[in-house]
Amino acid sequence: MNGLFEPFQYEFMQRALLACAIIGFTNGFLGAFVVLRRLALMADALSHSLLPGLAVAVIAVGLNPAGLLLGGLLAAVFVALGGHLIARSSRVKDETAIAALYIIALAVGVGVIKYAHVNVSLDHFLFGNILGIGDTDLWISYATSVLVLITVTLLQRPLLLALFEPSVAQTQGVRVGRLLALLVILIVLTMVTSLQAIGVLLSLGLMVLPAATVYLVSDSYRRMLWGGGALGAAGAVVGLLLSFWADIPSGPAIVLVLGTVFLAAYLFSPKYGVVTSRFRKRHFHEESLRRWK
Amino acid sequence: MKHRLVIEDLTVSYNRIPAVHHLNVSLDCGSAVGLIGPNGAGKTTLLKAIAGLLPVETGRILTGEHAGENAAVAYVPQREAVDWDFPITVRGLVEMGRYPDLGLWGRFTAKDLAIVDEALQIAELADFADRQIKALSGGQQQRAFLARAWAQQAHIYLLDEPFTGLDRNAQDACIKALDRLRAAGKLIIASHHDLKSVPEIFDHVLLINGELVACGKTPEVFTEENIARTFATRVFSGGPAHSHHA
Repeated sequence: MNGLFEPFQYEFMQRALLACAIIGFTNGFLGAFVVLRRLALMADALSHSLLPGLAVAVIAVGLNPAGLLLGGLLAAVFVALGGHLIARSSRVKDETAIAALYIIALAVGVGVIKYAHVNVSLDHFLFGNILGIGDTDLWISYATSVLVLITVTLLQRPLLLALFEPSVAQTQGVRVGRLLALLVILIVLTMVTSLQAIGVLLSLGLMVLPAATVYLVSDSYRRMLWGGGALGAAGAVVGLLLSFWADIPSGPAIVLVLGTVFLAAYLFSPKYGVVTSRFRKRHFHEESLRRWK
Repeated sequence: MKHRLVIEDLTVSYNRIPAVHHLNVSLDCGSAVGLIGPNGAGKTTLLKAIAGLLPVETGRILTGEHAGENAAVAYVPQREAVDWDFPITVRGLVEMGRYPDLGLWGRFTAKDLAIVDEALQIAELADFADRQIKALSGGQQQRAFLARAWAQQAHIYLLDEPFTGLDRNAQDACIKALDRLRAAGKLIIASHHDLKSVPEIFDHVLLINGELVACGKTPEVFTEENIARTFATRVFSGGPAHSHHA
């Protein structure tokens, strides 16, 4: 029985668990916007485009957390902006333009990282290594999370207007373009902070899976935000413990935990579950009539 | 409060190609105006320009009683353009109309609540307030957006093809809601393509085909001759209609 609580005894593990809770919450919270705005594939592209930024940052300033944050941020914003520009100035549509840029960026990243002469393997960037998290990393995660959560909470009303119906929002005085650009920047910031935990390739999971899960079980926008955050935090913590017990990398472990919950919601959600709806009692005519009225 | 919409010498482009040319129109509040014209006549472009969604190339749009004043304008998009899977109830949708007045953090007061309730009454949706918007019928969805526009305290309602895809009953319910808005002194402008139903829905018509063809009271202006002129392939004095590529 002692083995179960063993991870809580180590300081590096306590630190990692705290980081996971913070990162998981922020990702899950912001994920609601990604799911509602159907930005999942765009967010995926952004996460992959972080790699060259990280590689260049490592070459330039070494394994400095602030440098990594800045490098990743710049690379992702570059891909998002560039994709937007290409889409506007040619017949290529947004998704294609961003896909083209991010895959180029990923290739650059994988190529360049060989020249980063530090003792860190590509695996850590691709799949995360939460146990290596240092104090500075933790503080950066903490600060970013607070910044993102405050911004999003403050702008909740205009964001809701812009996400639901951009043109109506615009007539109501919401600057939709700027707001969505800000949202992309927040998404990138949040992703960069989760890199340490789950890496470039899987960071999308922490952002999209909690919100998608809550979307399957709830009809409330607000519950999607806070529920997504709570599920993200819980999933990240449980995933980290799983990685400790099963001795697998933290990134895949976290995504597997959240993925299992997502699939369970898809199948068994009380209202929208695929299996549950099969077993729902057919209602009688009176009941239909009552619902109709 | 007396409002009118005055459009002077308005030219608006869509994808850099002018879609509405040098339009001059004046419309009074308390009327429902049918915006009629063939596909590509510039109906949506005109609505979006009045809503402030497209930049004005020439001319100006005045919505207030005096110059410099602006009446609140509400834009109601086409039903297909809306994500009905969005997790929100009818009441939540209508409440969104209050957000700009509330600001970022303003509290939802009893007055706001009263406006929302009133909006739900006008659109005859009070019984559906707690439903998910997905669970509404087409006509109810249309009315939900009317209620949201009311909650915005709009004076000018711009509707893009509100009657498309509605059956007889839904259409009647929508007409009743529009009548209530008109009685309350609002100006409604709706693009519309079913010519047969024009007289029973609209007391005014605005016929356009890239430029103004005719505008005025339905019995006077909605004549065979004007309709034929509107739908003629080339009434447009400025030259052939352009095809555009993005």
